[in-house]
Amino acid sequence: MTNSWTDIRNTDLVVIMGGNAAEAHPCGFKWVTEAKANRGAKLIVVDPRFTRSASVADFYAPIRQGTDIAFLLGVINYCIQNDKIQWDYVKAFTNASYVVREGFAYKDGLFTGYDENKRDYDRSSWEYEIAPDGFAVVDETLQNPRCVWNLLKAHVATYTPEMVERICGTPKDKFLKVAEMIAECSSPTKTMTSMYALGWTQHSKGSQNIRAMAMLQLILGNIGVRGGGMNALRGHSNIQGLTDIGLMSNLIPGYLNIPVEREADFTTYMSSRTFKPLRPNQTSYWQNYRKFFVSFQKSMWGDAATPQNDFAYDYLPKLDVPSYDVLRYFEMMHQGRVTGYFCQGFNPLLAFPNRQKITESLSKLKWLVTMDPLETETSRFWENHGEYNNVDPASIQTEVIQLPSTCFAEDEGALVNSGRWLQWHWAGGSPPGEAKHDTWIMAQIHLRLRALYEKEGGAFPDPILNLTWNYHDRNEPTPEELAKELNGYAVETLYDPADPAKIVLEKGKQVVNFSVLRDDGTTACGCWIYSGCFNEAGNNMARRDNTDPDETGAYPNWSFSWPLNRRILYNRASADLQGNPWDPSRKLIAWDGTKWSGYDVPDIAPNAPPDVVGPFIMNQEGVSRLFARGLMREGPFPVHYEPFEAPIANVVAPNIRGNPVARIFQGDVAQFATSEEFPYAATSYRLTEHFHYWTKHNVVNATLQPEFFVEISEQLAAEKGIAHGSWVRVWSKRGEVKAKAVVTKRIKPLICDGKPVHVVGIPLHWGFTGKARKGWGPNSLTPFVGDANIETPEYKAFLVNIEPTTAPATV
Amino acid sequence: MEPSPRTATSNPPVAASATAANLTERDLVRRSASTVPPPARQLEPVAKLIDVSKCIGCKACQSACVEWNDTKPALETNTGIYENPHDLTPDMFTLMRFSEWENPQTGNLEWLIRKDGCMHCEDPGCLKACPAPGAIVQYSNGIVDFIHENCIGCGYCIKGCPFNIPRISKVDHTAYKCTLCSDRVAVGQGPACAKACPTHAITFGTKEDMKKLADSRIEDLKSRGFENAGLYDPPGVGGTHVMYVLHHNDKPAIYSGLPEDPKVSPVVNAWKGMAKYVGFAAMGLAAAAGMLHSAFAGPNRVTREDEEKAEDLVKEKI
Repeated sequence: MTNSWTDIRNTDLVVIMGGNAAEAHPCGFKWVTEAKANRGAKLIVVDPRFTRSASVADFYAPIRQGTDIAFLLGVINYCIQNDKIQWDYVKAFTNASYVVREGFAYKDGLFTGYDENKRDYDRSSWEYEIAPDGFAVVDETLQNPRCVWNLLKAHVATYTPEMVERICGTPKDKFLKVAEMIAECSSPTKTMTSMYALGWTQHSKGSQNIRAMAMLQLILGNIGVRGGGMNALRGHSNIQGLTDIGLMSNLIPGYLNIPVEREADFTTYMSSRTFKPLRPNQTSYWQNYRKFFVSFQKSMWGDAATPQNDFAYDYLPKLDVPSYDVLRYFEMMHQGRVTGYFCQGFNPLLAFPNRQKITESLSKLKWLVTMDPLETETSRFWENHGEYNNVDPASIQTEVIQLPSTCFAEDEGALVNSGRWLQWHWAGGSPPGEAKHDTWIMAQIHLRLRALYEKEGGAFPDPILNLTWNYHDRNEPTPEELAKELNGYAVETLYDPADPAKIVLEKGKQVVNFSVLRDDGTTACGCWIYSGCFNEAGNNMARRDNTDPDETGAYPNWSFSWPLNRRILYNRASADLQGNPWDPSRKLIAWDGTKWSGYDVPDIAPNAPPDVVGPFIMNQEGVSRLFARGLMREGPFPVHYEPFEAPIANVVAPNIRGNPVARIFQGDVAQFATSEEFPYAATSYRLTEHFHYWTKHNVVNATLQPEFFVEISEQLAAEKGIAHGSWVRVWSKRGEVKAKAVVTKRIKPLICDGKPVHVVGIPLHWGFTGKARKGWGPNSLTPFVGDANIETPEYKAFLVNIEPTTAPATV
Repeated sequence: MEPSPRTATSNPPVAASATAANLTERDLVRRSASTVPPPARQLEPVAKLIDVSKCIGCKACQSACVEWNDTKPALETNTGIYENPHDLTPDMFTLMRFSEWENPQTGNLEWLIRKDGCMHCEDPGCLKACPAPGAIVQYSNGIVDFIHENCIGCGYCIKGCPFNIPRISKVDHTAYKCTLCSDRVAVGQGPACAKACPTHAITFGTKEDMKKLADSRIEDLKSRGFENAGLYDPPGVGGTHVMYVLHHNDKPAIYSGLPEDPKVSPVVNAWKGMAKYVGFAAMGLAAAAGMLHSAFAGPNRVTREDEEKAEDLVKEKI
């Protein structure tokens, strides 16, 4: 989230699209009800299904799954055509005026530079024109036909209300009503918030779904302001923490990158990370990259990370591929190239696409370790459960080792919520039976590996033997010790560069925040964005002061919000070019002639003059990007691409199937179906009664939603002769499930490109372990294809067939 | 008037520390098949307000109810609906009921989700119908409670209830329903469902406060085009201590059959009238017989024959 959960109460318009907040985030949804009840805010829901969120919405519009980009570009087009733009914001705070270099073009669904064989682009033309002085060329009059604004205008012109209806199946009048309500928020005193989740991410073009809305929010002037923002609702209570801390194959903590093969040494690695400002006098904050990186290396390897060895740069792995995401890893496993797999808090047998392939992959492992508080299906993938898991245990040789771990309520530490708040919590109970904290398990694995390296040597023992491990109890680091490492500390006494006699921080003390980190090895910091969470003032994540001066929704003394306890990112953009709030009733920070101050920690240097330094300091431009340059793999603007399995052809680019740069593997292509074979458009989702595949282990949740079902319209039910509450078989080109049919008015056929499209809704909470009735998950059906930028599998749009059937055989 | 605990919203309880239980024998205003002396004090009437327009149907209230009352509702199947369990049961005192309604005026679908359960009528039909002395009581704050050790499992309370709420347990053969968390309210806490509700669709406080809150909600709904928004506090049962804010207060039946104008059945009222004059001895006998019957033959059901006999008896008296 750019903003926070509590800030949602400041909004005038909530748009829930690509998510179902009332259903999947009921506690956070309270802030929507607050905005509605106390500010008269309106709620719009755009979804293929009339969801629980829709049940409390002021306006609902249906949309075919996988067509959000067409819808959103249609709204941008509407705003441009009707002059519903916050012009001062757009001109000053976005790259609308930047001139794109000659040679860039878009035609028939593709940008310049596409290589069909590589399924990838040469992105060199997706760049600004750079003047001889090294700065980007801008045209503040917006007259240059190659300036971003004019390119955008031309790009979205295709997406007329008629085209939106044709692609999305959203009736034109409903689309126009939504567009009109959204366009109202181009006023500086009206804001809209976007609440989205997996309904946008789980597509082969998920990142571009989100970008399309971010662009819309920028032209409305809604980023950086109270009640605005791009608000990703995170699915697990700590999935925000997972990405922050870099638990991705290509990241290290704080969104720094794991080096790639061609970056064999530190100098080469840093050479592409200078982040020189693209406009005069701008702050380009990533210029501090080296400080954060070196401090991370010091945190990891302490005295072994020296200036002489480039701070142990060689200890880091060098990626030979862009990432080892889960799709790639299971593809490798499927090819028999993986020996062992650690599965920590993770249930891939039900969570990854194409379950048949997952079962085959796990069966090829020599060993599998599961670390989970629950008996997951993955840990029992080899066990026959009749139709529910029809495998032959005798033919599976994988050795499975189950390590029982603890659940969050048996552990202490911080959970990072969607709003970037690190909220410390305390254990509410002791681990049952043999269960151990994950930290204990990880420590034991490390210590045993270390002992093996000590005894036997090995090819490269240094990263293991030199790993900092100075915990009070080597067998189990405490959450506080780990949090202090993440915050960072002075390795040596730090002196003020301006006055060498003045001590900034004594050796061994916790740094106040990342502003004091250095690139010479005198500071250590495990995760720079978390720095400030546990400094000499104590554990700031444990703060529980819920006072909220002037009721801005900031709650500045409740827990700790990264970065620097800032509650709203880009908050400098809440004020105009003179530094006055766009909306005085929604003031965040303001310029008093010499400095910025207000309710939130300014997202800019406190003394940066408002008419000089741009508000988006994490970008080299100092402004936000309507044109993404080369940072997205599909192109600098979003384009409507159909899902890989779609009920109609792409009407804006008929020759393109799916996203032209999405993550696909050759072996899976044969398993993508056409609408002739599989006529119905399926989607998957969560229900409020359950949390993923966990709560089916709890008898109360199991009682409240006991059995797997699919949802279909009355029309489809009539066509197929499916009775309400009867058994149906749903199958795709990859597998089949049996479920109860919920026949509902909440799903209605859509007319797309003149053709009726039936939607089949498949919730995902059942498996073959736990207290609820046995069932399947949608991953038995979904295709093995991922987003082009972040490889998230396409769970939200695929094709199936459906027919009446009988109950599964009980085991 | 003695103050009642006020927990206008859910959490935390307003009373800083646990208070002594304030719902005692001397706070009874009614007791089934018995008379009670006028209460020594009058507690301020309480109410639970269920704002249907804020409810997202998450079932946190059901979950909290099960946890607080430590009940064990059965694991059922999916029968094509979202209601689970499928109906109120002796182990499920509250139930989200879902109804898909196409608004003929707008042509739009509305998914109306109503939390069903005991309405705690000011004029409780269950209590009036109950032949077992002290099995059903009403406190001066309005809460209607079942006292299980006095219950004979005859099921007359179900007949007497205009909302079809009580359910008889096959385990102990007594009737169960929502207690409005009388055990929590007595010590200054709000009901478990209100505490769990994430959107403050369920709020609890004095009836007066809840009516004021309802007014502001109705105003908001009217501003959004729900011109018939209103408070469901049906006069036919003297008002209720569980009230609904409905977007369509002119059509309560679209909310999974919420009665338009619930009333205590004239049969029950007459029965009560009869009992007042002649019935005590007979009632005592009936109760004793009922208990014996219950002990030896399981719970009594009010069969059609019983009902006819009762009606005949009433007619005779009239």
